[in-house]
Amino acid sequence: MSTDPSAQPLLHATAGAATGSPGPSGRDAGASIWRVAVRRLRRNPGAILGGVIVLVFVLVALLAPVLAAYGPEALPGRAEIRPTYIPGPSSEYPLGLDRYGGDLLSKLIWGARASLLIGVLSTLLGLLGGALLGLVAGAFGGWVDSATMRLVDLMLSVPSLLLAVSIAAVIGQSSTAVIIAIGVVQVPIFARLLRGTMLAQRGQDYVLAARSLGLSRRTVTMSHVLPNSLGPVIVQATLMLATAVIEAAALSFLGLGGGSPTTPEWGRMLTAAQNELEVAARLALLPGACIAVTALGFTLFGEALREALDPKTRKR
Amino acid sequence: MTTVADPLLSIRDLEVTFTTEEGPTTAVRGARFDVMAGETVAVVGESGSGKSTTAMAVIGLLAQNGRVSGGQVLVDGHDVATLGGAGMARMRGRVIGMVPQDPMSNLNPVARVGDQIVEALEDNGVARGGAARRRAVELLEEAGLPDAARRAGQYPHEFSGGMRQRALIAMGLSCRPRLLIADEPTSALDVTVQRTILDRLEALTTDLGTAVLLITHDLGLAAERAAKIVVMYRGEVVEVGPAAQLLTDPQHEYTRRLLAAAPSLASRRIQLARRLGATSAVGDDLLAMSAETPTDEKAAVDARAGEASTEHDDSPIVEVKDVSKVFSLRGSSLFSRGQRFTAVDGVSFQIPRGKTVAIVGESGSGKSTVARMMLDLIPPTSGEITFNGRAVGGTDRAAEVRFRRQVQPIFQDPYASLDPLYTIHRTIEEPLRAHRFGTAAERRDRVHALMADVALPLDLLGRYPAELSGGQRQRVAIARALALNPDLVVCDEAVSALDVIVQSQILHLLADLQHRLGLSYLFISHDLAVVRQIADHVCVMERGRIVEQGTVDDVFDRPQQEYTRVLLDAIPGRDLQLGLEAG
Repeated sequence: MSTDPSAQPLLHATAGAATGSPGPSGRDAGASIWRVAVRRLRRNPGAILGGVIVLVFVLVALLAPVLAAYGPEALPGRAEIRPTYIPGPSSEYPLGLDRYGGDLLSKLIWGARASLLIGVLSTLLGLLGGALLGLVAGAFGGWVDSATMRLVDLMLSVPSLLLAVSIAAVIGQSSTAVIIAIGVVQVPIFARLLRGTMLAQRGQDYVLAARSLGLSRRTVTMSHVLPNSLGPVIVQATLMLATAVIEAAALSFLGLGGGSPTTPEWGRMLTAAQNELEVAARLALLPGACIAVTALGFTLFGEALREALDPKTRKR
Repeated sequence: MTTVADPLLSIRDLEVTFTTEEGPTTAVRGARFDVMAGETVAVVGESGSGKSTTAMAVIGLLAQNGRVSGGQVLVDGHDVATLGGAGMARMRGRVIGMVPQDPMSNLNPVARVGDQIVEALEDNGVARGGAARRRAVELLEEAGLPDAARRAGQYPHEFSGGMRQRALIAMGLSCRPRLLIADEPTSALDVTVQRTILDRLEALTTDLGTAVLLITHDLGLAAERAAKIVVMYRGEVVEVGPAAQLLTDPQHEYTRRLLAAAPSLASRRIQLARRLGATSAVGDDLLAMSAETPTDEKAAVDARAGEASTEHDDSPIVEVKDVSKVFSLRGSSLFSRGQRFTAVDGVSFQIPRGKTVAIVGESGSGKSTVARMMLDLIPPTSGEITFNGRAVGGTDRAAEVRFRRQVQPIFQDPYASLDPLYTIHRTIEEPLRAHRFGTAAERRDRVHALMADVALPLDLLGRYPAELSGGQRQRVAIARALALNPDLVVCDEAVSALDVIVQSQILHLLADLQHRLGLSYLFISHDLAVVRQIADHVCVMERGRIVEQGTVDDVFDRPQQEYTRVLLDAIPGRDLQLGLEAG
């Protein structure tokens, strides 16, 4: 190799055109696909709406002790509840009271915290478990792949809610059980997704090039195949968060969430409100709206993220 | 009947604008040319030159975000823009027909081929029912599809690429349009198929008196098929003229570069120059460069080669002996034995040290499988490959690492062969890091030297592959391949995905690096014209076998096999006058 390459008459008359097509705009220079994705998200109204909803939800959940006027289990309006009458919105209780005399607004705020905790923890559980299975299947292939995928098929063949109910039944009624149940249900979804994208990436030329460089199989898998397969998995995780919030509500609705009737949790509040639909419909409508809006927020954000990360639409 | 003076299609200062994330982009600027009735006009340019966009504007099928923002498209003197959606739809098929580029994706996969033509006939009110069905069969026959009656009842997946393109030609001409737009009609097909399809298209349109607007990137092909050529560059028409005049006396600088770069023309020039004993085409023959190597550089190359391999001698760097590869395909049912498919069948050849051996063949000939076996990415079923005297493909990890340092690939698609998440610096540094080359500072110096070798500016180092052009990416791939000072580089269709001018730059770069670094190349290509320029030896592969091999001169001047002759004939521009005979 020459020590002073610039001295070589390497540039042909036309080599100046090596920079051929017009370069990308200056802002793009050196931006990773994640930074490009963030900029694309900012231009997408759906993404902004979803992002704002998610942000508000997370802030409310984190700041619940500050925002809520009363504690999670407090029943400040206990004395005002009558069997046929539940006080509506007032200056003291902006959204009125619930059946047990709790402040509905405070309960909803604390409920966000419970939902976020369940959603994030269960999705994390599903993501880690699924990614591990998918990684094993995608990296080793052969009979390991077949065995792992049959296990995953087995998990998929049980209806998700039934599986969650069974797990909750075995572990007992507690929020931990709900988290584990929802997480386990997500495992096969993440496993299949990661394995699929890894298999697709493994056939790519850059992976062959990496193998030709003499990199070990582990290095090729961990530093080329896996990072390039994570995009869809991360998108799926944001979408699964929405599902997890809904499933947590469903499990609480079925009475599997543990805790007492006064524990603030959106799904449980919906269940409890069944009996008071005629007396105070807002007790069902407001938690229901919270679940729907949160799920919508995560879904919008996830879909936008999917679009922003799609390599087919990536700027050249 | 239009009078002689009135053009069938007249494009007047056409401007097409696309609305993109980064704001409006003008794809075509002030394009201006005419197509007379019955005339064949070729629009030539590289990707992004606006040639396809112009065609799409003519037929009113611009993408959602595109619109004609200025100028006029006149068909028969009528402005297309005033026609509106319904009028435009009426015009398509009957006045302007279209043969699209990719025959694989342009037929409806769930409808019979015949029915798709019947649909076109009925929609345009040409024929209905039984008459339309009979007509569809006639049209397919006309397009040169054998056994058309039976084929009309089949689905697209039962057709080969060439057959699909014939069906699309039948469809494009079904309503006897007066102008046919053929957008790269054969670039997705094998070279031999390409030629017969184009012959058929030419015969048909001549018989019917149809004018043809042929969109192509290959100047040689354009000159062979069209009377008039329109050269487009970055959205503008830079030159319009009769094909013969354009070839011999190009006016615009870009046309001159295109003429110099087009592989079909370059290989023709080499052939002509050899026949005439002229030296004027030496610039096209990249091998001539190594003959002119200054002696001090040669010494440096020899010294380097000596340090790289202990057995520096005249023995070939690679010997491939009777190598076969059999793939077992998945069986149709759960318990049936899978079928076996012989991709490579008893192939033998040698690569002399410091030379280029090309393997030429059409898709499915097994040439890429040979490349993958050479790279030790898949093991041969039988036979042996030796590299520097050692057998390739052991279980010894240390031997594998040693082999991988010395043999490096360059793949076809520079979009796919670089990890999209790695910066250019990290991409080129990776092999150095993996083989524990020096300190971080030494590695950085080496990366900078490699960038200079492939003539890339250093400010690209922080960028990602997605931000580079195709040619730049291929240079990065070459730099990465050279990082470990390999002895052999396997180029698997390394220039096929690039525009002609970029292609010629990369070929020059490869030839230059070869004579500076003493590299040996295994060059896999479907394009004989490219092979003519770069290779010393040629192996022609057909259905897994090498049917002919020899020096590039022998194979091109005295082909022994019929198949080789067909391949050679398929290089466009066979009968063109290139202005060499006079000189």
